[in-house]
Amino acid sequence: MKYKLGTLAVAGLMAASPVMADLVFPSLSYRTGPYAAGGIPFADGYADYFTLLNERDGGIGGETIRVPECETAYNTEKGVECYESTKGDGALVYQPLSTGITYQLIPKVTADDIPMLTSGLGRTSAKNGNVFSHVFNFPANYWDGASVAVKHIMEQEGGSLEGKKIALVYHNSAYGKEPIRTLQELSEKHGFELKEVPVDHPGQEQKSQWLQIRRDKPDYVIMYGWGVMNQVAVQEAANIRFPMDKFIGIWWSGSENDVLSAGAKADGYKALTFHNVGSDYPLYDDLQKHVIDTGKAAGAGDQVGSVLYNRGLYAAMLVAEAAKTAQEIHGVTDITGGQMRDGMEQLEITEEKMAELGLPDFGPEFSVSCENHGGEGFVAVTQWDAEAKEWNLVSDFMQSDQEVIQPLIEEDSKAYADENAIEGNC
Amino acid sequence: MFYREAGDFNTSYAQDQQTFPIKFDRYRYYLVLFVAVFVIPFMVNDYWVNSLFLPFLIYAIAAIGLNILVGYCGQVSLGTGGFMAVGAYSCYKLMTAMPDVSMFIHILLAGVITAAVGALFGLPSLRIKGFYLAVATLAAQFFLVWLFNRVPWFYNYSASGQISAPERDTFGILITGPNTEAWATYMFCLIFTVGSALVARNLTRGSVGRKWMAIRDMDIAAEIIGVNPLRAKLTAFAVSSFFIGISGALFFSIYLGAVEVGEAFGINKSFLVLFMIIIGGLGSIFGSFAGAAFLVLLPVLLKIVGVDWLGWPTDIVAHLQLVIVGGLIIVFLIAEPHGLAQLWRVAKEKLRLWPFPH
Repeated sequence: MKYKLGTLAVAGLMAASPVMADLVFPSLSYRTGPYAAGGIPFADGYADYFTLLNERDGGIGGETIRVPECETAYNTEKGVECYESTKGDGALVYQPLSTGITYQLIPKVTADDIPMLTSGLGRTSAKNGNVFSHVFNFPANYWDGASVAVKHIMEQEGGSLEGKKIALVYHNSAYGKEPIRTLQELSEKHGFELKEVPVDHPGQEQKSQWLQIRRDKPDYVIMYGWGVMNQVAVQEAANIRFPMDKFIGIWWSGSENDVLSAGAKADGYKALTFHNVGSDYPLYDDLQKHVIDTGKAAGAGDQVGSVLYNRGLYAAMLVAEAAKTAQEIHGVTDITGGQMRDGMEQLEITEEKMAELGLPDFGPEFSVSCENHGGEGFVAVTQWDAEAKEWNLVSDFMQSDQEVIQPLIEEDSKAYADENAIEGNC
Repeated sequence: MFYREAGDFNTSYAQDQQTFPIKFDRYRYYLVLFVAVFVIPFMVNDYWVNSLFLPFLIYAIAAIGLNILVGYCGQVSLGTGGFMAVGAYSCYKLMTAMPDVSMFIHILLAGVITAAVGALFGLPSLRIKGFYLAVATLAAQFFLVWLFNRVPWFYNYSASGQISAPERDTFGILITGPNTEAWATYMFCLIFTVGSALVARNLTRGSVGRKWMAIRDMDIAAEIIGVNPLRAKLTAFAVSSFFIGISGALFFSIYLGAVEVGEAFGINKSFLVLFMIIIGGLGSIFGSFAGAAFLVLLPVLLKIVGVDWLGWPTDIVAHLQLVIVGGLIIVFLIAEPHGLAQLWRVAKEKLRLWPFPH
């Protein structure tokens, strides 16, 4: 029996082995587990965009696109298994949508010469392309988020944060800890007091944390949460009657899933974003025509237009554009992982380009270079309208405080470079 | 027919006490070792090693360690994840503090440190038993994870609290980091797994193991016949934690390369290893391997069958996987409460008489 299964497994691998004539964008998704509510819409958006390109344009530059999906359940061990099982397939780029898995893959993708895009997640100092040759995190990262949140609060407070109190409610993991250093620097610079309130995985129980907040009475709360933790936090904030417009989540705490369960009480809750919201774009007409109406939508097809679906769409759009750039640079259509990396490093997203793709005004303009893998760090604030059940942009895209963030990125990436004896790529 | 004692004469005490008294068994064992050492390393690629062999070998070490404590000494422990974390973090601190020392020594030292920590957390076992001890070790689990999350010294003050393994070698061959060869990491773990199994097997059939088993079967009786419970229980905790520490160190440095304590070494890991030895068989070295194989390889096989061949959606396969593995656990435990090792034993008994059972 064992022997039989073994041979079957070998045969299976053989069967799944590369048919090298197409572009492969593996999707390490999670449709199960405590973070599935966030993983499903992203994976659907990611897959649907590529389906659209296949159906409407015949792929990218004439090459059809394949999106093999692999379930990680947000678990690092399964993430590694997924990476190993898909990388031999001619994978062009990875987007694991998990900071934990990102940390595992940073050294691996560099060794295997496959780029990785971690928009708004992962290791923030990967922005320094001189050290992290294969990792990209444009258009914005965790520290940009923290900085813009503080900037937004400052605007609300009329320009000064002297003597104010800000609490950070965070997922007690690599992801949630990322902004702490930035916020500490910012609190010194602007003179506010920072309270750190960790929430352990998965965060279904937050009574004590919110009791602490109720006692400390911070003027604002910033949240770095994911999955079920967000819903619970919004509910708890409502329970202690914390003013919702002074409660700001990072982009991973700002989807419909997070606020719907609290009903009308969630009205006014704010969240950051690095792309626009809603489904009022020309691209959606094509999507309706070529993907949804033909029954080719991924998953259950019920996520279209949600915040995280848009993010998946945006993520797919960025790598598709990078693949086009790579095809132009290298003059071949059937690109490899290494060529894809070059494409990502020379990617330029302009307003004309986005308008041409049917996504006008969807995200910030930015360009990538060898030194800067992270874009310019433009972030906007959205607010939840509980009555209309939709997120609305309430600010312009603002740039983060580069004066504070850049030295931190230098410092953290230098530590990584020293640990791993990296000399620099640029 | 060919699986029998007849004609296999033992002429010394050593032969009489060997692990595999039947010739066929012995040769099968040599064959497995031969294939593991001389055949597999030449055939494996990254996928086979990182998805199947490494987790299997590493979990087997952890299962052996826990089996010594639970299966042989009868002390229930839910602190496996925490002890694996001790192994991983001490390995990390050693690797970064002394980059030039061979990885073999780091892994062994990590095991020794974990043994000390394990013995410390084993102290309550002198006073409390059964479920109460399980709760005390559960406290160890949560305390250790909290400690590694809380004290930045353990993760060298990195911004995210993650630890990641830098490139290290042994005898000039890269063992950790992304640029390793598949066979190198496989062989490195194989050496530790085989070594652990040999040591554990010989400890458990010697006087130390007999003392553990005496304590397991009835501690008062054991004390009356002269077994010192303090020593027996603490050695069981120390030896068990030693193996678990080694597996934690390998898990972090060789297999994953970067871990975050709450995610990788949470309470789920403790349960996983406990399930391995319950399914595999308490008080059996073979059972540790069987349990590890069952819980590591089966989900991957199900995934390959479901997603790669049948082309089913990944979420359905992931859910089915839970259903099937859970169902099989129940079936196994009803059909054979003593685990896969007992099934194997029964099969061997039957095979001895085959084809003439009467």
